[in-house]
Amino acid sequence: MDKSKIKSLGKMIIDRREASLVILLLVILIPIQIRSPQFLSITNIDRLLNDISILSIVAIGEFFVILSNGIDLSVGSVIAFSGMASGMLNEAYPGTPIFIILLLGIAIGAVMGAVNGALVAFGKIPPIITTLGTMSIYRGFTFVLSKGTWVTAHEMTTKFISFPRTRFLGISALIWMALIIIALSYYFIRFTRSGREIYAIGGNATAAQFVGVNEKKIRFLVFILSGISFGFAGSLWTARYASAVNEMATGFEMQAVAACVLGGVNFAGGAGAIPGVVLGALFLGVLNNALPVMYLSTFYQVLVQGLVVLIALIINTVVDQRKMKKLLSQRRAS
Amino acid sequence: MKKIGMLLLIVLVVSTGLFAQGAQEPVEKDSYEIVILVKSMGNGFFDACFEGSKQAAEELGNINTTYMGPVQTTAEGQIEIIETLIAQRVDGIAISANDADALIPVTKKAMAAGIKVISFDSGINEGGRIVDLVPSKAELIGRQQVQLAAELADYSGDVAVLSASAQATNQNAWISWMKEEIKEDAYNDMELVEVVYGDDAPDKSYREAVALMNKYPDLKAIICPTTVGLLATAQAVKDEGKSGVVEVTGLGLPSEMKGYILDGTVGQMALWNPIDLGYTSTYILEALITDKADGAVGTTFDAGKMGEVLVEDKGIAVMGTPFVFNAENIEQYAAIF
Repeated sequence: MDKSKIKSLGKMIIDRREASLVILLLVILIPIQIRSPQFLSITNIDRLLNDISILSIVAIGEFFVILSNGIDLSVGSVIAFSGMASGMLNEAYPGTPIFIILLLGIAIGAVMGAVNGALVAFGKIPPIITTLGTMSIYRGFTFVLSKGTWVTAHEMTTKFISFPRTRFLGISALIWMALIIIALSYYFIRFTRSGREIYAIGGNATAAQFVGVNEKKIRFLVFILSGISFGFAGSLWTARYASAVNEMATGFEMQAVAACVLGGVNFAGGAGAIPGVVLGALFLGVLNNALPVMYLSTFYQVLVQGLVVLIALIINTVVDQRKMKKLLSQRRAS
Repeated sequence: MKKIGMLLLIVLVVSTGLFAQGAQEPVEKDSYEIVILVKSMGNGFFDACFEGSKQAAEELGNINTTYMGPVQTTAEGQIEIIETLIAQRVDGIAISANDADALIPVTKKAMAAGIKVISFDSGINEGGRIVDLVPSKAELIGRQQVQLAAELADYSGDVAVLSASAQATNQNAWISWMKEEIKEDAYNDMELVEVVYGDDAPDKSYREAVALMNKYPDLKAIICPTTVGLLATAQAVKDEGKSGVVEVTGLGLPSEMKGYILDGTVGQMALWNPIDLGYTSTYILEALITDKADGAVGTTFDAGKMGEVLVEDKGIAVMGTPFVFNAENIEQYAAIF
């Protein structure tokens, strides 16, 4: 391989959003590994992957909406409602097969997402306003449904609680679920017409409409997709933490949005990819899990977390600007 | 005219006599009527309070206790009930108030009519009751948590605390007493290694609990003075296969913690017990009615099996150390609250 090829390969790596995030991840892993040598043990990596599975699923849902130049703030509330409903179904009818519970979660998410989508696509209400409203409405529904009570481990079946922990080929069912969602979404967004249309709407809605993309349909669709992923995550959440609490997943929208933005998804829509989102979730997961074992006081942990996320975003932006400049200069040259 | 004048005079004299009798110190009676007035009907917690009141009434022998509460948790509902109780001239009322201030005018009226009024569980502010019975206080709670953990961990090894948020006032007060307690000689082989915060979120608490087990190989016990933290920690310890190696204890609701107590992950935990609250309230009312005590600051009430209850500043009576739940009694209490 000659020098110029190596150089261009290096440049390609730097220019890829995902690559810069991987490098950053490796950089923060060094001090973590020094402070807490057991962090990269097999068991801990397994723990970490289990911990980010739900976040990845949720972040992918959020990704569809952000990609279309929207935002979904009702994440935590949809998770709470679907999680509570799943827990209560399992408590009331212990014989219900697990896939029915998961389907219920998905259905609840789809309906809640459809309401968001209808308000945005057909009601022309900005996504941030719509989901800010439904965020409290759905949380309210959760309280109404549960009458303020919780569903805890002994009220649910062992089968339901142990399901996310069941191992297949050495990997837990929870991780498998995340992998399936990642694979399906990757295929959908890259290779289907609707998937590509989301990019088009997010990039330039007017232009997309001129080439025949149905804007309303796409805006409606992204909220249904996000709802499905949140609802599914809700069912898994209840099983994983073996409890359905009314306040569950409060503030989770920040994590979901952060994972997307860290993963290089353009906040204004039109750009981003699934691998980036998964890496973003992984990045947050590493921070969430590493900081408590780093012998840092709680008060510093919050500070460090914010700082690291901010630095990551700055690096992302710089890489982006470089890319833009390069594109511009290429265009001028040609 | 003269006749009318005489008639008026007679009415006046008779009525003064009647009123005077009404304001007199209670006459010796065989049995006294008391009412346990709760926030609302149909709440298992208060049903249990009344259960305790009945136990105490049986022990005392001279008390007739009745259970009352509005249909909805409103101060108005409670005010109406108190008005009727004044008319019925009961001897004592123990109230779990829906509003600390709104009830004061009517309870003042009741006290003026000679009815002994105390509050429990959810207090009425000073002036509106003779004493307010609180389940416990920071020192007793904090010290007991360490004792529970030490018993489970055989008085050796590292102990960590997983709390709610770093700013939670109650939890911080309890934790500072835990730090005092562990300085005692009995805990020479134990060390409180860290206090972490799960922010009362299941996922964060779970993560923090796993981190604690990772960080401290000699960890023998985790104390969680908050139910969400306790639930998440119990599940984390179970998932890590550390049940019996890392003991879990804390403050938790029996109905929520039942599963983990029965499977041994949480060996024992504490919380105030509604039965004891009703029981103690009844003893206090009896003492006030029969003039055995006046509830002045610094004095004590004798509360049967609960021992002595001291009246502290602002007329607050502290019942005692929280009740301990374990595998033997959890089923019974989980059905209640």
